[in-house]
Order: sequence, then structure tokens, then C-alpha cells
Amino acid sequence: MSNSKPLDRRYIFLILLVGVTLPLIFPLGLKSEVSDLARQVYKLVEETPTNSTIIISFDYDPATNTELQPMAKALIEHAWKKDQRIIAIALWPQGVQMAEQAFADIMKKYPDKKYGIDYMNAGYKTGGMVTIQAMGRSFKEVFPSDFKGTPYEEIPMLKNVRNYNQISYVISLSAGDPGLKQYVMAAHDMYRVKVSGGTTAVSTPGFLPYINDQHQLYGLLGGLKGAAEYEALLGIRGTASNGMDAQSVAHVLIIVFIIMGNIRVYKQKKSKHEKK
Amino acid sequence: MKRFLPLLVTFLVGFIVISSEFIPHKPFSSINEGLENWFMIISGFAIILGQLSLLKVNSMKVHDKTENWQYYLVGLISFWAMVAFGIFWGTQDAAGLLGNGDGIVSWLGVKPFEYLFNNVYQHLSSTMFALLAFFIASAAYRAFIIRSFESNLLMITAVIVMLGRTSIGTYLTGWLPPEWRWLHLPNIADFIVNFPTNAAQRAIMISAALGIVGSSLRILLGIERSYLGGGD
Repeated sequence: MSNSKPLDRRYIFLILLVGVTLPLIFPLGLKSEVSDLARQVYKLVEETPTNSTIIISFDYDPATNTELQPMAKALIEHAWKKDQRIIAIALWPQGVQMAEQAFADIMKKYPDKKYGIDYMNAGYKTGGMVTIQAMGRSFKEVFPSDFKGTPYEEIPMLKNVRNYNQISYVISLSAGDPGLKQYVMAAHDMYRVKVSGGTTAVSTPGFLPYINDQHQLYGLLGGLKGAAEYEALLGIRGTASNGMDAQSVAHVLIIVFIIMGNIRVYKQKKSKHEKK
Repeated sequence: MKRFLPLLVTFLVGFIVISSEFIPHKPFSSINEGLENWFMIISGFAIILGQLSLLKVNSMKVHDKTENWQYYLVGLISFWAMVAFGIFWGTQDAAGLLGNGDGIVSWLGVKPFEYLFNNVYQHLSSTMFALLAFFIASAAYRAFIIRSFESNLLMITAVIVMLGRTSIGTYLTGWLPPEWRWLHLPNIADFIVNFPTNAAQRAIMISAALGIVGSSLRILLGIERSYLGGGD
């Protein structure tokens, strides 16, 4: 094999597979440095009084489960630690199941939490931004029952909830549209409710302009690293922290591949030059 | 008339919605509320339309035995399996036409719909997303080549951000003394993301917003008519 011949892509796939798998089986225990954005989200949850009602919107599906589900679990745990009541809603159809799974996981740590008193799952609603706007008028009109069909009036924690005025903050875990951007535009800009959220790493830069002096967004959790940072702030080591080991190795491998690719092209150019 | 009526409806609805933002009082506010409810109802029907379209397209490909028709057949079978399990035995706490399927639940641990969602759909979906990492690695090796000053700049920036956003970046420059802390990789990565990237994002957002305002006005005033479809 000549030096300038490109490496077979199957070797690249194999090296990456091994590089990602090994840290998942044997965790390296690497620590993530907590960013200011994650601290802002933490501060929002931490400083919200006990017994407040909050909304967590599950605007993703299993495809982005790896990045967003650890955030959901960490946020639920933090909110329950502070005895806040959680309304889960979903602007994506499969968000309902994601919410149920996250609650079921954290219930193992907080077995005393009761459905309808400490948390509820309002289910999925179509309409995106219009639905968010309509919740500002009347929550009951948009979600007349929860995802199981229990009427709004029969859910104790919703007794005094009419619209965003009774909501302390909204967190959207968002994999695209509809999601966090719509909450900023409708819930914050129109109804002045505090909005925060988490997104996939690839879409994080698009939300940074909303973190400004007007507090359109209270912090942001970006990708798996954001989730790992939140776990670090909570003092737990969850799936995000373990996943960061694998992601770190993958990033280093990609950098190595870039260097190898450049060396290959350099050698190719040099040999062409010598032939001339 | 066939074109005039939709144009008139579009103009009136757009005018009412925009007006209600500036005049949040009756009758604009109440009409806007009604329009919002209509939108949510129509969105619900759009899902049914999407499913029907999916069935039609896939069925036709299987019927015509186009290339890789077997995959479309698998898609159709999967679709109907999820629908059938949901209708017959329900999902979560909601019962289906045949009740809660206690016999199956005692065997599987959960309802068949949940079993398939948790053990099949969720993993397949995550796998599809995870495959991107392999293609990115392969593409990085082949395409991320220094050819000009700009590509050099892009590569150096990408490498710094990639290292800075990982735990390894923290260790690589963690030993730096406090006066050199600004050279710490996560700090440089944060600077790149918070300033140059943020500035570029704002420029893109403002341009896109102006573009949306322009195209919305064109639609409302009937200049842009492509949404009405082709022909007369």
C-alpha cells in the first residue's frame, strides 16, 4: 500500500467503534468543566421556591435520547429535590414516552412522589408555537385531560394552574422544531415566563443569541456535555458523565484522523512535485 | 374566483393575526383565539394526512416492486403492527379494544406497544443518529484538508473547539498557571463559541428574520402564490 493511498473507511469505523465502546465498558472517570450556561440553568431551578409549579417540555424523540434524556433526568431530580411540582408536556409525539421513562427512572430515587400531586404528564399536542401561545390564555383549553384521559379538574396539582402566571419557569428539551425557539418567542416574549432549556450539541450555537441581558433564555444545556455539567453540579455521576468519556475519545480520534488525512494529502502533493 | 378566494382568505387571516398583536382587544383578540384553535385542530388532521400519504407511497412502491421494495414492505408491516398493538391492548394505562392484555403483560412485563417502543423503536432510532459519528470520522479524514488560509483557520478552530468541549481538553491544559488561564482549552473554546460564533449566528438570525418578513408580506399581498399549487 502506497503512503498516499487513503485508509479504507472500514478501518476508520472499526477504530472509532473500539474507541467509543471501551470507555463505556471501562469508564475513565474524566471530569467535565462546568460552563456558565449550565450554572445559569442550575441557578434558575435552585432559586425557584418550594411548591412552585414548573413545566418541562419533552420536545424530542428516541433519536436524540442519548443527549437529552440525561438532561431530563437530572432536571427532574433537581426539581424534586427542591419539592417543585412538574407538568410534563410534549410538542413531539414520542416526547410523552420519553417523559414517562424519565419519571420512572427518577421515581426509584424518590419513591414518595405521587402522580397528580408532585408531577403529571399532560401528553402530546400538535400546533407547535400556536399551542405554546394558547397555553398563555388557558392551560385547560389546550390540555383538557392528561395523557391517560384523567380530566384536568381531577388532577390536584392543577387546581390553581390557569396559565403561565402560575408557572415559575419552563424548560424545553429540544431536538428541533417545535421546541425551545418557539418557547422563547411565545412563552417568554409574549407572556414573560422564564424559559430555559437543553438542546442537542449540533444546534446549541443557534440558541446562544437568546442568552442576553433580556434573559430570553436562562442558560442552556448543550448536548451530552451540558447534561454531564448538570450532573456534576448535582453531584451525581449519571449516563451523561459516563458518555462524556466515550465522546472525548471520539473527538480525539476524529482529530487524529484529520491529521492523518492531511499528512496523506501532503505526501501525495510532494510525490507529484518530485515526479515533475 | 378559484385563485381570488384563497388569496382573500390569506390576506384577511394574516391581517387579523398581525392586528391582534398590536390591538389585543376585541374583536381582534377573540377572532385570533378562534384561529389558534382552528390551527391546532387542522394540525391534528395533518398528522392523519401524513400517515395516509406514507401508507399510499409505501404501498405503491411495494405494488410496483420498485428497487428495494422489501424495505418499504417492512416499513408498512411495522406501521400496522404498532397501530394494531395500540388499538387492541392500548398504551400506558389506557385500555385497548381487547382490554389491557394482562396475559401478554405478565409475559412481556409491559404492554406490547411499550415493549416494541422500548426495545425496538428506541434502539433503532438511537442507532440511526449514532451512525452519524462514523460518517463524520470518515469525512473528517477525507475532506478536512488544509488547502487555503481559510480552510487552515477553520481546521484550527474546529480542533480547539472539539478539544475544549471534551473532558480531555480540561486535562491537556489544566496545569497552566492562573496568569496563563486564558490559554486553557475550554476557555478558548468558550470564547470562540460565545463571541465570533454568536456574532455570526445573530447576523444569520437577523437576515433570516428579514427574509421571513419579506416573504410573509409577499404571501399576504398575493405577490407570492406558489403555495396555491400549479395550474389554474
